Amino acid sequence: MGSATSELPSHRTPLNDTAETGLKIVVVGGFGVGKTTLVRSVSEIRPLNTEEVMTQASVGVDENGAVATKTTTTVAFDFGRISLNDSMVLYLFGAPGQERFWFLWDRLFSGTLGAVVLVDTRRMDDSWYAIDRLEHHRTPFVVAVNRFDDGVRHSLDEIRQALALPAHVPMVDCDARSRQSGKDVLITLVNHLHDLAIAQEATL
Amino acid sequence: MTRKPVDTGDPDRLYTITGGRSRADDSFDLVTLIVSESGPVPGMQSEHARILELCRHPAAVVEIAAELGLPVTVVRILLGDLLDMGRITARHPRAAPSVAAMPDSALLQEVLHGLRNL
Ligand SMILES: Nc1nc2c(ncn2[C@@H]2O[C@H](COP(=O)(O)OP(=O)(O)OP(=O)(O)O)[C@@H](O)[C@H]2O)c(=O)[nH]1
Ligand SMILES: [Mg+2]
Repeated sequence: MGSATSELPSHRTPLNDTAETGLKIVVVGGFGVGKTTLVRSVSEIRPLNTEEVMTQASVGVDENGAVATKTTTTVAFDFGRISLNDSMVLYLFGAPGQERFWFLWDRLFSGTLGAVVLVDTRRMDDSWYAIDRLEHHRTPFVVAVNRFDDGVRHSLDEIRQALALPAHVPMVDCDARSRQSGKDVLITLVNHLHDLAIAQEATL
Repeated sequence: MTRKPVDTGDPDRLYTITGGRSRADDSFDLVTLIVSESGPVPGMQSEHARILELCRHPAAVVEIAAELGLPVTVVRILLGDLLDMGRITARHPRAAPSVAAMPDSALLQEVLHGLRNL
């Protein structure tokens, strides 16, 4: 492998050869709210980083005439992985809630099972936008309140009111550093999705 | 081969890797699982060779992107090449990537079961 001595050997844990179906769940929230921490606490691999570039072509004019120029915007996100059984693998994405990210939502996260909105009660405003965009994209979600020790303790009901969150959206307390708590958040989401699916199937 | 994360301030490098193409094959979802059908062959573009090494066991498109340090779009283009050459197979997600379609309750039941057993 070349001269890059800083290059670490890759400790990839490969998937089972029987893995057939990849599934997605997205964790969204403002800066520093604990997205990566939550992904890490439930993932079977160290969270990995990747990015997507959005290229926009535009036409400009220089001394040689018309030239196509390109501007690129990069959106970085991280992810972890949970092998659910021999054939199903769940990928958990930690995604920033900022505006430019939502331009890439359909390209990256169409077909996602659902989302977790991670909320820090000290910076609740950051959650508004994410909730609005998820509703717009019709992605089912739950709200998980990451309890930092130094936060004032608001009850879930108070937070629901502050976020103007409809009653049918489940809310759950969490500690993103705890594996059990992270699992509980995911189970809350998938239970909610299951209820929605049952209700929808009943109308068919 | 250095594995410096790609500098996206320099689109030229991405341009070189993809031979100037920027339209990716949209059929590759982030979590489509890729499996190699053969090993790398001499003379192959190094990114193609690395993907074939990586996918001896299944790997999701997003894992390949992370390992190669390349944007997802670029990886989709490279995977399209390998698919055309018959060197990989793709295991696509079961749930159709449509915004409004809900996955069925049986699938979600399996997911729940898996999570509870963690
Ligand atoms: N006390 C406490 N600290 C936490 C908790 N969750 C995360 N942290 C800390 O908060 C900081 C930010 O957490 P991250 O997981 O990096 O947050 P993030 O949302 O991924 O941040 P960005 O990707 O930068 O937006 C880290 O130092 C964490 O250790 C928590 O539940 N309690
Ligand atoms: Mg993070």
